[in-house]
Amino acid sequence: METFASSASSLSISSEPHVLAVDDNLVDRKLVEKLLKKSSCKVTTAEDGLRALEYLGLGAHHDSSTNSNGSKVNMIITDYCMPGMTGYELLKKIKESSIMKDVPVVIVSSENIPTRINQCMEEGAQIFMLKPLKHSDVERLRCQITQC
Amino acid sequence: MEIVGKLQNQFMEFMRSLYREGFLDDQFLQLQKLQDESNPDFVVEVVSLFFDDSEKLLNNLAMALQQQVVDFKQVDAHVHQFKGSSSSIGAQRVKNACVAFRNFCEEKNLEGCVQCLQHAKHEYFLVKNKLETLFRLEQQILAAGGTVPVLS
Repeated sequence: METFASSASSLSISSEPHVLAVDDNLVDRKLVEKLLKKSSCKVTTAEDGLRALEYLGLGAHHDSSTNSNGSKVNMIITDYCMPGMTGYELLKKIKESSIMKDVPVVIVSSENIPTRINQCMEEGAQIFMLKPLKHSDVERLRCQITQC
Repeated sequence: MEIVGKLQNQFMEFMRSLYREGFLDDQFLQLQKLQDESNPDFVVEVVSLFFDDSEKLLNNLAMALQQQVVDFKQVDAHVHQFKGSSSSIGAQRVKNACVAFRNFCEEKNLEGCVQCLQHAKHEYFLVKNKLETLFRLEQQILAAGGTVPVLS
């Protein structure tokens, strides 16, 4: 299993980091949710990029007066291969937003494709990880975002 | 507790055979490690999701391959899903069947795809059967008042 990290972000989280996990696969969503909960994270899952953006308050019908959860989210983990909006496209949208651009985005993929990895890292992904994720992978991620 | 001991041994031997014969890989062990008192049915829950998801995918694949004009991209998308979820639960032989399947999708080889679907289906039902047996053994151990051993 290989990981590729960019510069660590300097966020200070008190108790439980809140992670938004995005994956179109039901089994993988359940698994990532459990992995994150096991690492003492609060978890919200989304089944695609559009719903993830809606949750973060970055949706198409974004209105600054509507409820946005963006400020509560400490990290986003997204699958790369998703129908409609890929994880890469989601990453770009997040990095383009003024409120969310400093939140670490982790890309996960079942395929180890260097051009894909570089593309994501260049766009500002925190780290690129291979699926399936293990407990030790998520523990390491949590340490990165909480600087433990 | 002779009965519990016997059941536990049976369970361990069965688990070992599943790994030895390649039905399951390390990822299944990872799932078991995630199960705890706060979520004692985690493995069964994830595997049940896998069963439901897989059966839908297998049906979709059969339909997609029966079309007058086969959309190989769509077929590949389904196989990708199937490969992903089987990999996530550690169903190694199913995952491997999917890898071969994807190659035929790329080549737009209909006959190859049809054969791969049969193979993937066969492997899926084999592992489903094995896992159901495993869960039954677990239930028997618990019913007899024992604890389910954890393989390391």
